[in-house]
Amino acid sequence: MNIYAIKAIYKFEMARTWRTLMQSIASPIISTSLYFVVFGAAIGSRMGEIEGVNYGAFIIPGLIMLSLMTESISNASFGIYLPKFSGTIFEVLSAPVSYIEILIGYVGAAATKSVILGVLILVTARLFVPYDIEHPFWMFGFLILTAITFSLFGFIIGIWADGFEKLQIIPLMIVTPLTFLGGTFYSIKMLPPIWQTITLFNPVVYLVSCFRWSFYGVADVNVVVSFGMTVLFLVICIGIVWWIFKTGYKLKN
Amino acid sequence: MQPIISVQNLNKTYASGLKALSNINLEIHEGEIFALLGPNGAGKTTLISIICGIVNPTEGTVLADGHDILSDYRAARTKIGLVPQELTTDVFESVIATMNFSRGLFGKPPNPDYIEKVLRDLSLWEKKDAKIITLSGGMKRRVLIAKALSHEPKILFLDEPSAGVDVELRRDMWEMVRKLREDGVTIILTTHYIEEAEEMADRVGVINHGEIVLVEEKAQLMQKLGKKQIRLELLHSLEAIPETLSKHPLRLSSDGKELVYTYDTRSDETGITVLLKNLSEHGIDFRDLHTRESTLEEIFVSLVTKKK
Repeated sequence: MNIYAIKAIYKFEMARTWRTLMQSIASPIISTSLYFVVFGAAIGSRMGEIEGVNYGAFIIPGLIMLSLMTESISNASFGIYLPKFSGTIFEVLSAPVSYIEILIGYVGAAATKSVILGVLILVTARLFVPYDIEHPFWMFGFLILTAITFSLFGFIIGIWADGFEKLQIIPLMIVTPLTFLGGTFYSIKMLPPIWQTITLFNPVVYLVSCFRWSFYGVADVNVVVSFGMTVLFLVICIGIVWWIFKTGYKLKN
Repeated sequence: MQPIISVQNLNKTYASGLKALSNINLEIHEGEIFALLGPNGAGKTTLISIICGIVNPTEGTVLADGHDILSDYRAARTKIGLVPQELTTDVFESVIATMNFSRGLFGKPPNPDYIEKVLRDLSLWEKKDAKIITLSGGMKRRVLIAKALSHEPKILFLDEPSAGVDVELRRDMWEMVRKLREDGVTIILTTHYIEEAEEMADRVGVINHGEIVLVEEKAQLMQKLGKKQIRLELLHSLEAIPETLSKHPLRLSSDGKELVYTYDTRSDETGITVLLKNLSEHGIDFRDLHTRESTLEEIFVSLVTKKK
C-alpha cells in the first residue's frame, strides 16, 4: 500500500476545500439555512405534525441528505475532473499508485468534506428548530455511508464527463429532482397510493427514510430495506469504478 | 550490461484506429542521454507515455530497470520521472506544496532537505511559496522539472523540454541535464529541435511514422552520414565552371565568387588533392578556404524524406 500517495492525494483535495471555503462549505450552509427559515419557521409553523414530529424538525434529515448527496457528487466529480481537464492527471497515472489508492484519496477526501458539511448543517439547524436524535450511532453511520456512496457516484461522473456541461447535467437533471421528490419535505405516506408505489423506484426515498428513522424512529420504508438499498447502490458504484479502472475508460488511451 | 529501459515489439493502435507505434524495439543504456528525434506526430509522446504508464500498450513489453511496466508497475514507476510537453500544473498550488505532493504520490517519505536542493538547483527556492499561476512560462517549466525530480528518479523523461522556452532557460536546462547525468540519472528526451539532440545526446534515435528509423551513437551518426563541404573564396570571380573541371562535384555560387565542393567523409578518396591541383593548373586562385560538416538537421531531413 502506497500510504504516502493516499496521504498526498487526500491532503491535496482537502487543501482545495479550504481554498474554496466559501463555495464548498459556506454556500451549502447558507442555502440550507434558507430552507429552514422558509419551510421550517415561516411555512412550517402553519403545518401540522407529520407522524408525530414537528414539521420543522421533520425536514432536517431530508435537508441534510439533500446537501450531502449534491455536495458529495459535486466534490468528487470536480476532484477528478479538474486534473483531467488541466492535464495534471498524467502525474497520478504515471505514479506508482494502485487504483484503490487513487480512489481512497479522492473519494475519501470528498466524503470527508461532505460529512463535515452534514455535521455543520446539523449544528446550524439547531439554531432554528429543536430536535432529538434517537439513534446517534446509526445517524452517523448513514451520514458516512451516504457520503461515500455519492462521492463514488460523483467520481464516476467526473471520469465520464468530458466537459463542464456533462459534469453538471446529472446532478441537475437527475439528482436534484430525485431528492426533491424523495420525501425530503413530506412523508411519502401523504401521497396517493399509486404515487407511493412509483416513488419506491426513487433511491433517494430509502436514504431519506433511513436517515429520518435514526432521528425520530419513524420511517416511510422499512429500515432494513432502506439500508439494503443504500448498500446496493454503493455496490453498484464500486462495480462501475472497478470496470472504469480495469478498462482505463476515459483515463488511459 | 543490462539496459535500463528495454522496449520489445511494442505496438500501439489507438481506439480511433490510428496506428501510433509499430513494432518498436529499443534499448536505453544506464547513464546515457538519449535523444528521440522525430517530426510532429511521429509517435515520440506515445512511446514515452506508454513507458511512463499513461497510455496502455496494444502489444509488446517494456522493462524499466528490469521491472515490467505493467505487471511490476510500482517498482518500475518509482524509478521514472516525467516532464510532460504541456505546461500542466495545479495553478492554485504553491511550488513547495506541489513538490511535496509529487514526492508523496511516488511513495517517498518527506525529505525537506532534498526538496530544497532540487528547488535551489533550478533557481526556484526563492519562489517556493509562490502560487504557480503567478509564475512565468519558463518558471512553470522549471517547476515541472522539479516535480519530476522530487522522488529521486533513476530515469528522467523530458518530452520536448525546450518547446516555448527562451534561450537562457534552454541553456540552463542543458546544463542541468548534464549535471543529472553526472549524478547517474539516465535521460531520455524527445525533441524536434535537432540542435538540442546535437548539443546534448550521447545517442540518437530517429522515429518517423511510428517506426524507429535508426539508433546510433551521435558522433558515429554524424560521421557515417555526414557530408563535408569545402568552400573556396575566389580571388577573381568566374562566369562558369571550366569544362575540364566538370568531373569534380563542384558548384559555383550565383555571384561567381565562391566554389563549393561537397564530398563524403566515409570514402577513402575524398578527391581534395586532385581538385586543388586541377584548380592551380587552371590558374584559379583562391583567397580563403572553409570546411563545413553537415549538421544533424541535414542528416535528419535526408533520413526522414528518404523513408517517405
